[in-house]
Amino acid sequence: MDVVPQNMADKPFPGEVHPTAGGGILVTKLDEVINWARSNSLWPLVFGTSCCAIEMMSTAAAKYDWSRFGFEVARATPRQADVIIIAGTIVNKMAPVLKRLYDQMADPKYVIAMGACATSGGPFFYNTYSVVKGADHVIPVDVYVAGCPPRPEALLHALIALQKKIRDGVS
Amino acid sequence: MNKEELKVRLEALLPSPTFEEGAEWTTAIVDPAGWEGVARHLRWDVGLEFDYLFCVTAIDWRTHFTMVYHLTSTLHRHTVIVKVKLDRDRPEIPTISAIWHTAEFHEREAFDLFGVVFTGHPDLRRLFMTDEWKGWPLRKDYEDPVNMIKL
Repeated sequence: MDVVPQNMADKPFPGEVHPTAGGGILVTKLDEVINWARSNSLWPLVFGTSCCAIEMMSTAAAKYDWSRFGFEVARATPRQADVIIIAGTIVNKMAPVLKRLYDQMADPKYVIAMGACATSGGPFFYNTYSVVKGADHVIPVDVYVAGCPPRPEALLHALIALQKKIRDGVS
Repeated sequence: MNKEELKVRLEALLPSPTFEEGAEWTTAIVDPAGWEGVARHLRWDVGLEFDYLFCVTAIDWRTHFTMVYHLTSTLHRHTVIVKVKLDRDRPEIPTISAIWHTAEFHEREAFDLFGVVFTGHPDLRRLFMTDEWKGWPLRKDYEDPVNMIKL
């Protein structure tokens, strides 16, 4: 897999600046500028159902510091959040809650399935009466992260991958 | 009291004293019929005073159930484990929720997941599972073709 050295390396600001006296004229597409802006101000929802949430908090904290990439403010209400990181196991009783949270988020909204449980049920795939076998049975997912739990670098990679999807206009 | 002293005290207390060896704490085997009376003694007798029930567990051995109670005393700093063997077809045991109030929730959990019936419990209903759920999910012979993928 190609290593992207920084989140904007594959694509700088979309458009061209033509310098003129006293400033410049920007030629671009509005859709691309909007996507560029959206991708750099993704506000995650404070949502965690198990141990992946600890890694998510670690990603947010000083050492990994996801605000370097624009995930500055975790919001405690779905009405102000853009991206929901499903950090943990989703059980049958939690599924309607997750659906409601997703429905309450304003468009455009994005979903990251973090870790084995959110992706497929993971260690709870077999012989379990209570676990949803993948959060994508409940809400659509944009990016999946492998790991149990994934390291903070993996979550950062997923968030940057999501930014790339948004900038490319595919999400 | 240390482990040996506790064992001597319990030998005097229990109608048919049986112990399990090899554990960190004194482990006594008690009959379901006499359990409530024994529990009252453990809670109130001077020198024992187990005032904190910190764990209630049910185990499905396929042939029978075992209820395991972990008791400790915050006064004397000693701990005892009580095991009660239950019939697999009719798992019934008197509640101890009047003695240790915390047992009310713990017993509901054991009822919810194993179907152990605690006679005299004030509010024995589902705890984690939904009210309309059928069956006891943590029993070894539990089948659920809708939610469960068998390995």
